[in-house]
Amino acid sequence: MSATNLRIGAPTGWRGWLLDSAPASRNQARLGRWYRAWLGLRRNGLAMTGLVIVLALVFVALFAPLFANHAAAYTQTLTDRLQPMSWAHPFGTDELGRDIYARVVFGSRTTLTIVALVSLIVVPVGLAMGLPAGYFGGWIDAVLMRLTDIFLAFPRLVLALAFAAALGPGIENAVIAISLTAWPPYARLARAETLTWRHAEFIEAAELQGASHLRILFTQIVPLSMPSVIIRLTLDMAGIILTAAGLGFLGLGAQPPSPEWGAMVSSGRQYLLDQWWVATIPGLAIFVVSLGFNLLGDGLRDLSDSRG
Amino acid sequence: MTAPPLLEVRNLRVVYPGDDGDFRAVRNVSFSLGRERLGIVGESGSGKSTTGRAIMGLIPRPGRVEADAMRLGDADLTRLNERGFRRLRGKRIAMVMQDPKFSLDPVMTVGKQVAETHRYHFRSSWKAARTAALEMLEAVHIRDPERVYAQYPHQISGGMGQRVMIAMMLIAGPEILIADEPTSALDVSVQQQVLAIMDEMVRSRGMGLILISHNLRLVSSFCDRVLVMYAGQIVESCRANRLHAATHPYTRGLLTALPELGNRRAELPQLRRDPEWLADLPAQVGTAP
Amino acid sequence: MSASGAAARPSPVRRPFPTAAGVASALRRIARLLGSVALTFLGLTLVTFFIGRVIPIDPVLAIVGDKASKATYDKVAEQIGINLPLPVQYWRYLMRVLHGDFGTSIITAHPVLQDMAHVFPATMELAVVALLVGTLLGVPLGVLAATNRGRWPDQAIRFGSLLGYSMPVFWLGLVGLLLFYARLGWVDGPGRIDVSFDDIVTPITGMITIDSLIAGEYDVFWNALGHLILPASILGYLSMAYIARMTRSFMLGQLRQEYVLATRAKGMPPFRVVWVHALGNIWVPLITVIALTFGSLLEGAVLTETVFAWPGLGLYMKNSLFNADLNAVLGGTLVIGVVYIFLNMLSDVIYPLVDPRARERR
Ligand SMILES: Nc1ncnc2c1ncn2[C@@H]1O[C@H](COP(=O)(O)OP(=O)(O)OP(=O)(O)O)[C@@H](O)[C@H]1O
Ligand SMILES: [Mg+2]
Repeated sequence: MSATNLRIGAPTGWRGWLLDSAPASRNQARLGRWYRAWLGLRRNGLAMTGLVIVLALVFVALFAPLFANHAAAYTQTLTDRLQPMSWAHPFGTDELGRDIYARVVFGSRTTLTIVALVSLIVVPVGLAMGLPAGYFGGWIDAVLMRLTDIFLAFPRLVLALAFAAALGPGIENAVIAISLTAWPPYARLARAETLTWRHAEFIEAAELQGASHLRILFTQIVPLSMPSVIIRLTLDMAGIILTAAGLGFLGLGAQPPSPEWGAMVSSGRQYLLDQWWVATIPGLAIFVVSLGFNLLGDGLRDLSDSRG
Repeated sequence: MTAPPLLEVRNLRVVYPGDDGDFRAVRNVSFSLGRERLGIVGESGSGKSTTGRAIMGLIPRPGRVEADAMRLGDADLTRLNERGFRRLRGKRIAMVMQDPKFSLDPVMTVGKQVAETHRYHFRSSWKAARTAALEMLEAVHIRDPERVYAQYPHQISGGMGQRVMIAMMLIAGPEILIADEPTSALDVSVQQQVLAIMDEMVRSRGMGLILISHNLRLVSSFCDRVLVMYAGQIVESCRANRLHAATHPYTRGLLTALPELGNRRAELPQLRRDPEWLADLPAQVGTAP
Repeated sequence: MSASGAAARPSPVRRPFPTAAGVASALRRIARLLGSVALTFLGLTLVTFFIGRVIPIDPVLAIVGDKASKATYDKVAEQIGINLPLPVQYWRYLMRVLHGDFGTSIITAHPVLQDMAHVFPATMELAVVALLVGTLLGVPLGVLAATNRGRWPDQAIRFGSLLGYSMPVFWLGLVGLLLFYARLGWVDGPGRIDVSFDDIVTPITGMITIDSLIAGEYDVFWNALGHLILPASILGYLSMAYIARMTRSFMLGQLRQEYVLATRAKGMPPFRVVWVHALGNIWVPLITVIALTFGSLLEGAVLTETVFAWPGLGLYMKNSLFNADLNAVLGGTLVIGVVYIFLNMLSDVIYPLVDPRARERR
């Protein structure tokens, strides 16, 4: 490289290759970008904490039986009601004598399911509304964005509540209710991303080569929009978890006896003054998990801010 | 050049640390400035703005500035902290930037922006500052200062904005003005006016001017002396009227590539670059005067 | 501008506000605003209509509840025109809503709108105090974080607001009650006021703290304040978390701008650069954020009021929810939705006051 003269202490070897400010190929550039992002993230202790929490959630949810006894989470032992913390019950027991620790562990599955399902609905819907709006412009843009704006102006929790109330309580309905109010920002984002790439040379070149609109959208624009969608999703996760927990707290989420953190807080309320752990421990779980997503998302966004 | 220089810079170095090593944006730049007009030319990224900002103490973190000597009259700039620099900025050394669209605060009337400089440096009342600002606006040939005073940046044209910018920077009477591409965002028709106003102000107040540009023709016709920068170093330094005798191949390349007169866009054309030009030049030696 | 303009003539300056064109553009802006408000309102009613009349298998039953008499059932069935085509039903629904007829609540047997007018001030009282706390603390902290980017004040403020951002409000409320009411006894417990102070002051604004001051009943005031302080602090903290975080990111955007460099180059002190110039430029997005915060305080009321037994709109909706009182739930949704739309509109109206650029936009 001719410019080496201007830089001192530049890394060499594979790091040098990854961090080269004048990459020789597209793949090198792409890998380099990811590597830089990783370096930036690693420097941010809070973001790394968030990443660890999120990974831990996923791990615990997937392998819940390794961490706790399934029976202890479900079996009612009325003689063991409202026991304080002990070796047998690290977080105590609830009003039906079930082990709170085990219920928190298995509750992570409910949380992860909701989060995953909402993401699976919200991102495609957002893309489906935003991509055509940005790509084609004109009246398509006007109509789609008008629709998005209308949904954006709705009160999210209350609408989710009304939906859940009409559809009946249950985890599927909670997911639908949350998704219905969570997609508009993704449509806006996808549109904005599409607009920034719409007139890039390589897109117009692909168009000239006769690639179909659909093909360009899916092979070029979708991958380019993904980083910001992922950041947005990470930042939204906490909100989704809190909304889901809120619905659960109001009795509109997962139904008994399946463990759901919000519902656990709600049923522990009446024992708050004497058996504080029944209500507060599941709430702590909600808090820690949503904090994890927030820390991670915040770190990711900071990264994209300073690079942008 | 018998009077002591207004500004003396010896072996100025600016480094921006990054993931891929420390980037040396400015390498051992040395020059001095008297009551004259000094041009700095060079292509994009050659370190012109960085040089100007380093003199004003405006290099953002984590950038580092070092120099063997940097002196503004009796003030040693290498020793100053942020507070010390702040007392100099606007009062003894000021800067006009490229595009008034971005360099004026969009939500404050332009008059108030001029007046606040006066207010801060002279501890004056708003009333006195306003009077001074109106005078200053008139001095940069704004016809109806009262009206312009009350307008917001988006309501005035680029040429007008740049006059306001000049007024705002000169109202506290600095000795040195750094103009960083002051006309490149302007319509061709008003570029000459703005330069003429700047020239008039600098001459009548006996100031020193550093004009940063990538337009060699503009700089050579407007300035007394020219520095040519390439990749963070000064590769050529000569009087403007001796530019035809320049020796560095980069400068020569620039000269031969100058577009014909009457060719409107005077941008730097493609040059063949020699990797050898990047090599470190010897640093200045000797003690400060 | 033409390139042949005479040499010394100052460039043309746009005429100052207000001109005929300026007034016309302001009118156009208002017209467009009203159009979008109307459209959003239509969308909102469509959704509530959909929830109330399309999703339930038997919408009449959903409204009257399964304990209703045959007569009530028939009356409601006739009222919503259960056998009519959907568009006609929607039209009727829309007309009734526009006339303020949200139906009758099953639990209270009052018209839903009347119930809401009764409970809304309690919600407002809490939300307004929380918003004040959140804004007065959040904006300065956000600015402070941005100007100290990467250093400890930034880290501390960022972390503090991330904590708030991540807490389930109902849980924080319970922990607060446990700690400050049950254990420490610093504040009064759930509810708006002690029973012994009930009905002493006649409602004027419906907000007890204000009404009691008007009436000069200071005992009532202090008691109400004792009840208000915990929920208001908790909601204030959560609002502050959001506002501080957004302020920080807006400020970071401004501090990168050229004019900030120019302001520093002319020697302005940091205080002026930051708090006058940079902060002056973020009011437009900041007002949107504050409006959004207010909106989320209103809808979050469903949770907070449940925890604090605060007799406002949220508690009303929650109780309706549990008694399958669909009219009341949808009525509450509509009211909060309309407040949302109104907040959006309000911030559009305020923009020109804080940003000269917004005054002349087409
Ligand atoms: N804050 C910064 N951080 C890292 N690198 C920087 C920073 N500011 C400038 N640079 C780098 O320093 C070099 C010199 O920049 P500078 O702005 O001084 O160039 P210039 O000669 O003014 O160019 P132009 O004509 O484009 O204004 C560039 O390569 C630039 O990328
Ligand atoms: Mg520059």
